Amino acid sequence: MHERRTILPLRTGLLFLGPAALFIGAFILLPFFWIAGVSFTNRSLTGATAANPQFVGLQNYLKLFDLSTFMNPGQFGSSLVITGQFVFWSAIVGQAVLGLLLAWFFYRRTGWVKESVQTLAIVAWIIPDVVVAFAWNAFLDYDGGTLNWLFGLVGLHKVDWLLAMPLLSIVLFNAWRGSAFSMLLFSSALGSIPPSYLETADVAGAGPWQRLKDIILPLIRTHIVTDLILITLWTFNTFGPFLLTGGGPAFRTEVVSVLTYRMAFKYFDFGTGSALGMVMMLINLGFALVYLGLLRRQGGSR
Amino acid sequence: MANVTFRSITKQFGNFTAVNDVSFEIHDGEFVCLLGPSGCGKTTTLRMIAGLEQPTSGRILIGQDDVTEAKPKERDIGMVFQDYALFPHMTIADNIAYPLKVRGVGQAERHRRAGEVAKNLSIDQLLERRPGQISGGQQQRTSVARAVVHKPRVYLFDEPLSNLDAKLRLEARSFLKHLQRELGVTSIYVTHDQAEAMAMADRVAVMDRGQIVQFGPPLTVYREPATTFVANFLGSPPMNLLPVRYEGGAFKAATFELDAGPFAERLRGIAAGSQLTLGVRPEHVRMGGAGDAWRIPGEVYAVEPLGPESLVTLRVAGALVTARLFGDDPPTATGATSFAFDPSNLHVFGPDGRRLAAR
Repeated sequence: MHERRTILPLRTGLLFLGPAALFIGAFILLPFFWIAGVSFTNRSLTGATAANPQFVGLQNYLKLFDLSTFMNPGQFGSSLVITGQFVFWSAIVGQAVLGLLLAWFFYRRTGWVKESVQTLAIVAWIIPDVVVAFAWNAFLDYDGGTLNWLFGLVGLHKVDWLLAMPLLSIVLFNAWRGSAFSMLLFSSALGSIPPSYLETADVAGAGPWQRLKDIILPLIRTHIVTDLILITLWTFNTFGPFLLTGGGPAFRTEVVSVLTYRMAFKYFDFGTGSALGMVMMLINLGFALVYLGLLRRQGGSR
Repeated sequence: MANVTFRSITKQFGNFTAVNDVSFEIHDGEFVCLLGPSGCGKTTTLRMIAGLEQPTSGRILIGQDDVTEAKPKERDIGMVFQDYALFPHMTIADNIAYPLKVRGVGQAERHRRAGEVAKNLSIDQLLERRPGQISGGQQQRTSVARAVVHKPRVYLFDEPLSNLDAKLRLEARSFLKHLQRELGVTSIYVTHDQAEAMAMADRVAVMDRGQIVQFGPPLTVYREPATTFVANFLGSPPMNLLPVRYEGGAFKAATFELDAGPFAERLRGIAAGSQLTLGVRPEHVRMGGAGDAWRIPGEVYAVEPLGPESLVTLRVAGALVTARLFGDDPPTATGATSFAFDPSNLHVFGPDGRRLAAR
């Protein structure tokens, strides 16, 4: 048996870990347990329950899943459906598919078109939320918006986008905002495929679609799964739509993060807000487990 | 099966001319090697036949068809890549059958045909495995099987043996040559290994800086190299080349002088004072040769016993000359000595590096 080599003695090592552990404890672990606790009380910001919150058991959770109002606008069920649509269309269809198409289209191409499109996509990804939201408000505005101005040029009627098609607006907004990440991830995945694989497919007689289906997609499958995990989680949790629509009109764009915000910081109902936070966390955990399972099964079949 | 014809093909990448006005015709069923150092344009030439590169100018014909603008899949070719390019996510059977799959052949039929080819190449016991689970030699055969399974008109090989170790390479060389003879399909084979080209090809095209310097049967190219470049590229060790000055009916160098009399006819038109190059193959060099008119003094530089033969390198007037001596005992010569050769084995290259042929 040989001695296990360590760089630092255990005590010094713990000392170095200390500051990080302190911050994680103070800003992640403590709030988590605090919220878990609050979700079982009727704590609020003002009124009697602010000074003296009471333990209410599962009442907050039962209220969320109250089937008589579950699907009413502004309730948890309806919000969950909106979130599902938002995640499916803006993240999976929008960001992942658009990102893949962009990466595939520009794969092994060079020139200013590629450079400009990629730069624009990355710019859309890195500018701050508030700036982006302002830009999209300017773009979609009924009276002075760029999109309606363009519609006017080609003789189409003006549309009040944020009122008439609020969900479509936030879906487009989020797809536009986040496609760069998928594009970059898929570009690097495509870059790792040896050119001779695709040339072999060419010589064998495969068309572009067969090349994608038979060669490219199977080879970048793990990248696709990783991308889907990340963008699903991010989109599920994003607060971005609030900046564009504030959850309205009439709760039609109120995704669960916005609903949680409304409960906790507009109605100051901390109990319900915390319960929502816990449920969101469990849903996230569910996604992560499903995707990790997919990744592991794939690793095993190789 | 078909001819492959190049008509004045030029390929430029930006300012760099990879292939410069090349024309040739490869006959039906012929095995042709494109031989040359890296960067000579041989791989670009092959890729233009495959349709993976577009020529800047000129026409390419396969059979009677002008395929200059045709896509790779319209050319009916099979290609083996240097890295084999086997798809890691498919079984060996699916890899071999892939060209049939994209042609819409049903699963049962294409697996039957893949099995047939695999059997012919002795890899039929591997059909269910994946590329990562088989050896380099087996991967190479799989790659060949995939290139021939759809019975293309032309086979293209891009240095297919360079990733194999020395022993496997010899084995694969005979195997490929045998296979090509058996199938009788026009084959074009790119290599930088002169021994491979000599061993396999019906004809060798030696390329240098984007042009074909010489195109002919391997032994002709070996025995009558068109230029000093070809002489120096073929043979292991390559031909010995000695720079000399042609003066007063003799070849003159710092330490020796040879009578140019027997070459008078070839040297017609060569001005006195021209810089020429003499060439002699190592196997035509003998040691010693006292009293021999065709004798050059030198000094032993290195002796390398290789078993059935030995290489003796001599320093002669600033150049190195290698003699390839056959026999069981390595020579023991040291210090000053001399070597001799038969004038009929001497090649003379003109000032432009071209071989002066007997007229």
